[in-house]
This record gives sequence, structure tokens and C-alpha cells, in this order.
Amino acid sequence: MKIASDFRALEPSDTTQVAVRFNDAPLKLTKGENLAAQLLAAGVLQFRKTAVSGKPRSPYCMMGACFECLVFVNGTARQACMTEVTEGMEIVMHTVGNGDDA
Amino acid sequence: MMRDFDLVVIGAGPAGISGAITAANEGLSVLLLDEQPRAGGQIYRNVERTNQSRSEILGSDYTKGLGLVQSLNRADIEHIHGANVWQIENQNTVYYSVNGTASVCRAKCILLATGAIERPMPVPGWTLPGVMTAGAAQILLKQSGIVCENAVIAGSGPLLYLVAAQMVRAGTPPLALLETQTKTDFLASMRYVTGALRGASYLVKGLSLLAEIRKARVPRYVGVTDIAIDGHDKVEGISFNDGRKKHTIPCGTALLHHGVVPNTQAARSVGVKHQWNDQQHCFVPEVDLWGHTASDGIYVAGDGAGIGGANVAALTGELAALDIARTLGALSESERDKKAAPITQKRNRELAARPFIDRAYPPYANALAPEDSTIICRCEEVTAGDIRQYAKLGCIGPNQTKAFGRSGMGPCQGRYCGLAVTEILAAENQISPDQTGYYRIRPPIKPVTLGELVGLELTEEKESAE
Ligand code: FES
Repeated sequence: MKIASDFRALEPSDTTQVAVRFNDAPLKLTKGENLAAQLLAAGVLQFRKTAVSGKPRSPYCMMGACFECLVFVNGTARQACMTEVTEGMEIVMHTVGNGDDA
Repeated sequence: MMRDFDLVVIGAGPAGISGAITAANEGLSVLLLDEQPRAGGQIYRNVERTNQSRSEILGSDYTKGLGLVQSLNRADIEHIHGANVWQIENQNTVYYSVNGTASVCRAKCILLATGAIERPMPVPGWTLPGVMTAGAAQILLKQSGIVCENAVIAGSGPLLYLVAAQMVRAGTPPLALLETQTKTDFLASMRYVTGALRGASYLVKGLSLLAEIRKARVPRYVGVTDIAIDGHDKVEGISFNDGRKKHTIPCGTALLHHGVVPNTQAARSVGVKHQWNDQQHCFVPEVDLWGHTASDGIYVAGDGAGIGGANVAALTGELAALDIARTLGALSESERDKKAAPITQKRNRELAARPFIDRAYPPYANALAPEDSTIICRCEEVTAGDIRQYAKLGCIGPNQTKAFGRSGMGPCQGRYCGLAVTEILAAENQISPDQTGYYRIRPPIKPVTLGELVGLELTEEKESAE
């Protein structure tokens, strides 16, 4: 699955692409790369939904401070911008009550 | 086994790296904890792994960080990557987690080099997917070689020019550059122009970036007000007023920036006092010339102690380490002073242009006093109007807002609303930001799981039983 994205990789990736899933859809991401960046480039623009109004959010700071990039990785809440891609990750949008919050 | 160090440094940006190296040179045992996978901080992020094309886009102010980062590769400095420090206790005990495993160590001195974060820029629509800080766009480029197409940059400050110029070099120029500083700001900054001329290299750089942006014909609007991001589930455009009329530019990404402010979270969590700095429009920790706080053994260096940029950060890291070496008996007072003199001189020279930059590029006024419907606390979706309502009901300071609503209680712990809440309350109550204060920051300053806590306790029990 590849959706149109405003985030484009400058160079073709020279490292291995691995299969992961985002909200049950298969995606190929570059292994060892930053998860938030890879998801953005793959066209994902909704990382979490807020507890109060259910509005979607996407990475804001990319440096671990804002928590807008929260997703569940294999059931645990993680900051995507502080996480590296590994093979087989099951990634799910972060909503309240959808997994284990740290 | 609880490990002991002379010095634990938190943060591997220019201040932390320089501090660690200087301390190790004086024979101290040093542990450097950094939450990123590689050293460099935000400014030199990923510089060890960058390639030719990225280096050309990012420029020499980035690649010059390589030497500093590489100088860390030495046996007498232990550097732990991916380490989230979540608690500092009794001024000497540091708890951190790496990959879900918690550890604890003890230090005679602690150097906080936690850097800066971008000043929150609450404008209508700033929570929409596709809005990010200009610094975030740079991180995407440095770390992942990813550029934003279809983007508009808005705000104020030298970083805007740098990001815009880098985007031009990458072949994805921004659709427009919206600058909020005004002609009045420029005229007022002239008071400080002699200082700026002493730090002329900064001016020359700024002008050459502007020349690049002009050459690429990126539309620039100056003195912009009423910035709002439009869109439903994502950014669809950005509207603003350039003093003559309202404009709307369709875009997919909005990059916001109006300066950086010290990341005070760790320092506040150990009770370091902070003071409002009018010139930089933010709180800075109270430290002496060496970065020493009123708490014994706790030092702050780099942008976390007041914004000065990467060069100043490295120098303040060295100064702090020299005083730490003196405290621990590795240097006499006169030896410290002798080594410090040329560093202090350099630092003062580097800081000369600062008052000019601060005055020429003040924060965006509309974002300091946002309209009522604008969200201030992104995590809990508390608006500026809500905060003003709290003030009417008698709320004096940010801590009390927690009795009225949930601002600052989300996972970011007020990092991106704290300053805005202080400013709104101060304006509403007509008292100073110092009197208004800031959120009280309590540990854990980064989320820690129950599993990590239990794991830590089990190891401690096992060790005490042995
Ligand atoms: S994008 Fe801000 S914490 Fe990840």
C-alpha cells in the first residue's frame, strides 16, 4: 500500500525494506529508520486520536517532546519519533482504551 | 550493583558532548545519557551517518558538528544511547530506561544539557495533521533524508531562513515564507546593531540565506498577522493578513516556528529555580557563571540554560565541566580560572549578536495572546478562552489551572502549553510572568511503565540479598 504523501525521500533507500502493518494494512518501511518519518513518507497522517474530541493528530516536534506521534507498537504505546522500524511491527493508531498505555 | 560516576551528563548535544569531554580530560569518570540513538543533539542530529547529498543541503554549520560527535569515541567516556532519564533524586541518583529496561546510577555531579524545544505557536488549526515545527522538518531531513513538498513556512527567526534555504537546495522550495516580525521590530533592533557587528558572522550567514531564498523566488510576506491553518482532517491551506489584505495559500504541510526556548523539564523536576527573561521571552534556570544551580552538584549548560545557539552551548558545557572538576578536587580554583578565561572570552563574542537577533525576531504576537477558540494545551484540548475563564474564577498560576481543568496534565506534561498558559494568565491577571510562575514538574519526566519499575526493584532486591 502506498498513499500519496507530501513527505518524500531524497534518496532511494539502500537498506532493507521490511513488512509491517499499520491499522491492519500491509506497509513496507525501511528497517532501522525512524518510525514516524517512515510512516509519514508512506502516507500515514493520522497517528493518534485525541481522548477529548477524537480528532486525528500527526507528529509535531519529531524530538520526543510533544507525544503527538503516539502509536501502539505490538500493543504498547510508543512515541513513533523515538522508535526505529523493525520487521513485523504491528502498528495501530493510538486511541484511548486501544492498548497498553505507558 | 549501583554504579557510581563523578559526573553524569544528560543530553548529547554540543553542551553535553563538550562537557563530557572536558570532564574526562580532567580525569573524571563520566557517564553520558542521551535519548537519541546517536549523539549530536537536534543541531547535529545523525551527523555521523549523513551522506554527500544531505551534507550539501544542510550546509557547513551542520557538518562541522561531525568532529565534535566523533571526539566522543574514547574509552573513558561511557555513552548510553536511547536512554530516557525519567527521574533524578536527592541531587545524585539518576533513573533511566533503555529499551524498556530501567537502570539507576549515582553521580557526584549532574550536568543537565537537555537543550531547547521550539516555542509553542498556538494559532487556529495548529493541531491539524500536517502541521509541524520547522525544527521537525529539519529533523526529518537530517535523520531520514525526507523533505516536505507543498509546504508553507510561518513565524519568525533565523531558523526560518535556514530551513527555507535547505528546502530550496533540496529541490522542494517552500510555497511561501510568512514572517511575523515587523518593520518596527527591525528599527528597534538597530539599537543593538554594534553588538551584531561584533558577531558579524551570524549576520553574513543570515543575508546569504536570504539571497538563496530570493533567487529561488520563494514568495515572502513580512509583518504577517492572523495566521490560521485551514483544513478538516488535515492541512489544506494557510491564511494570513500581510497588512494590506487577507491571503489564502493552499498547501499540505505548515511548518511553524517562532524561536526556541530552554527545555526546563529536568531542571524543574529537581527544584531548580527559574526566572523570566524578558529579552528571550521565556523562563531560564537560575545559574551562576559556571552553570551551577543553587542545588549542590547540579549544573545546567547549553540552550537549556538560556538560548545562545550551538557554539555557545559547547562553550558553556566546557565551563560547567571545569567548575565540576574544581568541585571534585581535580582542579584548583586558579587552574580552573586559567583554563576558563579564553573560553569565557569566546562565549562572550558568540553572544554579542544575540540581543540584536532577539529584538529583530520577537515571538509572533498573535500566538502569545491567541484568540479564545484556539487550543493551547494540545494534549487535553484546553483553549485560550478556557484559561482566561480560569483566571476570571481566581486562577493565579499554571499550577492552579489543574484545579480548574486538565491543561498540562497530558503526556507532554505541559512542554508545549506551559509558556502560553503563563503568558495568558499573566496578561489576564495583570501580573508578571515571574509572579504567575510555571507548572510544577514532578517525576517521572518521561513515561515509565510498571514493568520497568518492577524490573528495577527486582534487581535491587536481588543485589541486596547477595
Ligand atoms: S512527534 Fe513529538 S513526540 Fe514524537
